[in-house]
Amino acid sequence: MELARGHVLVCGGTGCTSSGSAKIIDEFERCLKDNGLDNEIKVVQTGCFGLCALGPIVIVYPEGAFYSMVKPEDVSEIVEEHLLKGRIVKRLLYQETVVDDDTIKSLNEVDFYKKQQRVALKNCGVINPESIDEYIAFGGYTALGKVLTQMKPQEVIDEIKASGLRGRGGAGFPTGLKWQFTANAVGDKKYVACNADEGDPGAFMDRSILEGDPHALIEAMAIAAYAVGADQGYVYIRAEYPIAVSRLNIAIEQAKEYGLLGENIFDTDFSFDLGIRLGAGAFVCGEETALMTSIEGHRGEPRPRPPFPAVKGLFGKPTLLNNVETYANITAIINNGAEWFSKIGTEKSKGTKVFAVGGKINNTGLVEIPMGTTLREVVYDIGGGIPGGKKFKAAQTGGPSGGCIPADLIDTPIDYDSLISIGSMMGSGGLIVMDEDTCMVDIAKFFLEFTVDESCGKCAPCRIGTKRLLEILNKITSGNGTLEDIDKLEELCYSIKDAAFCGLGQTAPNPILSTLKYFRDEYVAHVVDKKCPAGVCKALLSYVIEPEKCKGCSLCAKKCPVGAIEGVVKSPFTIDPAKCIKCGVCQETCKFGAISKK
Amino acid sequence: MKSLAQLEQIRNKTLAKINLRKEDDTSIRVVVGMATCGIAAGARPVMKAIMDEIEKRNVTNCYVTQTGCIGVCRLEPIVEVYLPGSEKITYVKMDAEKAVKVVNETLVNGKVINEYTIGAADKN
Repeated sequence: MELARGHVLVCGGTGCTSSGSAKIIDEFERCLKDNGLDNEIKVVQTGCFGLCALGPIVIVYPEGAFYSMVKPEDVSEIVEEHLLKGRIVKRLLYQETVVDDDTIKSLNEVDFYKKQQRVALKNCGVINPESIDEYIAFGGYTALGKVLTQMKPQEVIDEIKASGLRGRGGAGFPTGLKWQFTANAVGDKKYVACNADEGDPGAFMDRSILEGDPHALIEAMAIAAYAVGADQGYVYIRAEYPIAVSRLNIAIEQAKEYGLLGENIFDTDFSFDLGIRLGAGAFVCGEETALMTSIEGHRGEPRPRPPFPAVKGLFGKPTLLNNVETYANITAIINNGAEWFSKIGTEKSKGTKVFAVGGKINNTGLVEIPMGTTLREVVYDIGGGIPGGKKFKAAQTGGPSGGCIPADLIDTPIDYDSLISIGSMMGSGGLIVMDEDTCMVDIAKFFLEFTVDESCGKCAPCRIGTKRLLEILNKITSGNGTLEDIDKLEELCYSIKDAAFCGLGQTAPNPILSTLKYFRDEYVAHVVDKKCPAGVCKALLSYVIEPEKCKGCSLCAKKCPVGAIEGVVKSPFTIDPAKCIKCGVCQETCKFGAISKK
Repeated sequence: MKSLAQLEQIRNKTLAKINLRKEDDTSIRVVVGMATCGIAAGARPVMKAIMDEIEKRNVTNCYVTQTGCIGVCRLEPIVEVYLPGSEKITYVKMDAEKAVKVVNETLVNGKVINEYTIGAADKN
């Protein structure tokens, strides 16, 4: 790498890539060449900055100018003004960073980043994920060096135990304990594995870590292997994460070249090799026993526990399995000490948690917050509130296994135990925000559709039970439900929870149970009043024209795709409910607000 | 990888090149005036020389940036050096040769080269 006076960091995460960041990189390289700056300014592709809603994102250093929503045609302006003449293009800056006195705020002072604390994401958006040198320059592989040359395996495990780190995949099992079990297990060969089969709808924390900082995973897995006595590792990652897979592949190659993977690392007796196994994207393969079955080359189905993986895992050998984000915390704990880590967060939940925030929120993206931050802070301070001034109704955490947090519990601190106590769960970190226009029955239906699709079919409670749950939900949302259906739904939920074989089935009813707990009145409204209070379930809706507001302009009748609107020009029109397909076009078209949903 | 020293070596080699991405106040900031007047007076070779020398000497705690016209076009090319915790040094009428000296004296040794400063230029 050449010394450069300026670095143009362009986000190459999946979010920004899909909004065209690759084109922007090409354009920067072309414009820099045209202006003779290609030897002075370096263009660096990085991982996710987190503020996906404003992508593609470009940051220019040393000024730290944060350009958002950059289009290819803006690039020449940035090059000619900012890079050539040193004048920051204010028009394109993320407006929150612009201060009145013509200076720019540091990114850390912007609302979105102010309350965040980056441990697992520390290098994301800072380094070039395809350069091992940059990772090393930011302190990479020092933790591995320290562990191998100065610490005994048990000391490493003790350090992780003392840190209080708990598994970030969802269940929150103490990581140090898991390491201890695997280390204690007797076996001629042991494995370490990484669960990168992130399957919750809307969750992309692990993907962003793999895309933005793949060496952090390699280093942490090597440390884990040393601690538990393994010499072979596997990363199980879904094939639908192509950017993450390719960056991890590059990183593994680089680590091998530098001798950070392979034989006698740091001239010690420790040898470690790491391989990637691609998953086809089945949700059940995120369940640990199914994941290992899949790595072994079999159909991804769970098997009974015990024996737990720590005793009998991959190929029948003791195996340590952690999630990507869990591993991403390891190097920081080794470098800064367990005490430093345990000062972050709450009493029982240490450290930070990464959330993929989506749904009805202004700043969709990736946030990392200290445990114990309240949901309100995430939604309003970091997330920038709900678009259109709508009211916050609930947030869903934990994906298809989790539950919702209603508006009156918005001050709940986010940590493992608080979320469990209100019937939700931490989950892997998907956080979907819902506003007043969201129907809670419909949300439950959405997650059940997902679990019905993803159930592997091995056990009847999950295979048949979730299907029955979905059928009852469909009956309710189509207006044919009864109060008995709600009771039956609830009863079935508990039966499935008790009887299902693995975590997928045991948690599949959670979205229903938690919406029933907090929004039972909505279910009742669907079956008794035959109304959908949020106006989402089409079968329970009707569109009507208010005659006193209608001017008889006939615009709605012209736009109606099924010819359901009739009338005489300049007198009020009417909608024929028998023909209406409830597409809502008329309501969007009406200039006088005369059409309403009922 | 055979030793921690080897790792440290790679770290230091790369650190100089990415230092500008770290937001801290302990780095030396070198600012080259690169408005039309500066460029016309030859600011670009000056900057190139500074960067080459920084790389050659492996100065890790500094970064080079540019700025617009500061109003004394007659004294361009102008290079300002901000040493952490002390006042800004303004060097004027720079050329590539002087620039190399600035890197060696000011950036590495922390010494001000008085004869190049704006104060000295004004006396002439």
